[in-house]
Amino acid sequence: MRTIRYFLGRLSAAVPTLFAVVTISFLLVRLAPGGPFDAERALPAEVAANLRSAYGLDQPVYLQYGRYLARLARGDFGPSFRYRDFTVTELIRRGLPVTLCLGAAALAVALAGGIALGSFAALRHERLVDHAAMGFAAAGLALPSFVLLPLLDLLFGVHLRWLPVVGWEPGVFAYWPLPVIALSLPPLVFVARLTRAGLLDVMRSAYVRTARAKGLPLAIVVLRHAMRPALIPVAGYLPPAVAAIMSGSLVVETIAGLPGIGRYLVQGALNRDYTLVLGMVVVYSSLLIAMGLLVDLLYVWLDPRVRLHR
Amino acid sequence: MRANHAAVAALLVLGAIAVLTWVGPLLNPNPFDAVDWTHVAAAPAAAPGHWLGTDRLGRDLFVRTLAGARISLLLGLLATTLSLAIGVAYGAVAGFFGGGVDHLMMRLVEILSGLPLIFFVILLTVSFGRSPVLLFASIGAVGWLTIARIVRGYTLSMRRREFIEAAVAGGTRSARIIARHIVPNVLGPVIVYATLLVPQMILFESFLSFLGLGIQEPHPSLGALIADGAAEMEIAPWILLVPGVLLAVLLLCFNVLGDALRDALDAGRA
Repeated sequence: MRTIRYFLGRLSAAVPTLFAVVTISFLLVRLAPGGPFDAERALPAEVAANLRSAYGLDQPVYLQYGRYLARLARGDFGPSFRYRDFTVTELIRRGLPVTLCLGAAALAVALAGGIALGSFAALRHERLVDHAAMGFAAAGLALPSFVLLPLLDLLFGVHLRWLPVVGWEPGVFAYWPLPVIALSLPPLVFVARLTRAGLLDVMRSAYVRTARAKGLPLAIVVLRHAMRPALIPVAGYLPPAVAAIMSGSLVVETIAGLPGIGRYLVQGALNRDYTLVLGMVVVYSSLLIAMGLLVDLLYVWLDPRVRLHR
Repeated sequence: MRANHAAVAALLVLGAIAVLTWVGPLLNPNPFDAVDWTHVAAAPAAAPGHWLGTDRLGRDLFVRTLAGARISLLLGLLATTLSLAIGVAYGAVAGFFGGGVDHLMMRLVEILSGLPLIFFVILLTVSFGRSPVLLFASIGAVGWLTIARIVRGYTLSMRRREFIEAAVAGGTRSARIIARHIVPNVLGPVIVYATLLVPQMILFESFLSFLGLGIQEPHPSLGALIADGAAEMEIAPWILLVPGVLLAVLLLCFNVLGDALRDALDAGRA
């Protein structure tokens, strides 16, 4: 009951945050010089005027803003200015599943791989495995997705010819591994470092020593007693990890030719496709805010001492 | 001890790269934007004078990569300084006044750090031209959140120390206490964290340049060079490898250095 009430409270707090995000983004794209119909062949004045009035661009900005908000409140992102035959909602509905799959896979790989790597390193503290894992982590932090993916493409796509470099077909697995690895490595090594530090800390605590002293095997001690509190810092890192994966997916989708929504943000901003950009910002911000909520709930599960309060 | 060796090595490599970015282009006769049509996409050492080869326009990769690294380093350091300035001022004010002011200011930091700030930077750079100044300002304006949190923490604990209480009791103005007593005392630990911010800023800049939103042609930057290389990697992989490796080495060294400094700081406090 208490958790539910807390959850609802946080959910309602997300509304003003989203509102602020939309407002700031609206102002940013609107204050920018140029308009969505600029780059094309110079249009006859009447046609340009008609276009502008059809999209409501001839009205004062505050009216456009109000209209956009009213639409948004009904879940309608409006028509795209560039992809003429599509509404932004359609574009998002088409691309979002691909982006979500890519992001979720990358997050899952990052968490599973990072926690495993970090645990091994912590349990073999100051030994070869530990040093190798931390060396790997240091290297991983230095390889952002937009460097790693071309390098992976070069190795596995061009030289070994194991996997396709670019493209996408529904249901074909071969297109996934390289983008997912490239996207997940930076958060993976971060998770590994956090897990290692957290587990090292917990393994020194009195209750772990007690559990060991009464003869519990190490695996049980770690999995049943030590792991949960050790993962608290990892939970705290989840929102930044999601943000990193999101921004990484902007370039990874472009390099790998995946039909997600990543390309729409930069493309839309360059084309002054106002509704498309705003739609992207709303989608990404909502995802992040949702992640923040999820983390709060995770904290309660990981650390029973945490009491939700408002 | 091991960490110290690694950190010293990282510092030396960084120093060498920094010197090389200034001296290197002088050693090679090719200007960074000169086009050599007789040697297009030449492999390293395949064409005379082009030690690391050329890109698809026949521009010298050695010179371009170093010039790009210089811009990336410079922007990274400047943006970190800006983040540091904003973060220290913000955190010190919040921590010093405490109470409702602190609550409000930190709530804002919390909200901001929950947002995809990189998207705002993208919108900013797309919307308002792509000058290096704007790039530096918008990157720097994003990095201050962590610094503000850390500074606030230190300030809160310092607020209760005798010398601050003495200053307050003596009627010193708040602004003066913050500027003269608090900021100098938090600066040491904060600079350690700033070391870890530098690679993030460099990464940020490269990311934007990769998207074509950062440093503009004909000026090189590591991100833009990597984007060029990624497009040509099947025919001329060195165009990707040269700037990619340099960026990775830069980031690695800054991370190793920052980690070692932070460990030293933590050990000193414990």
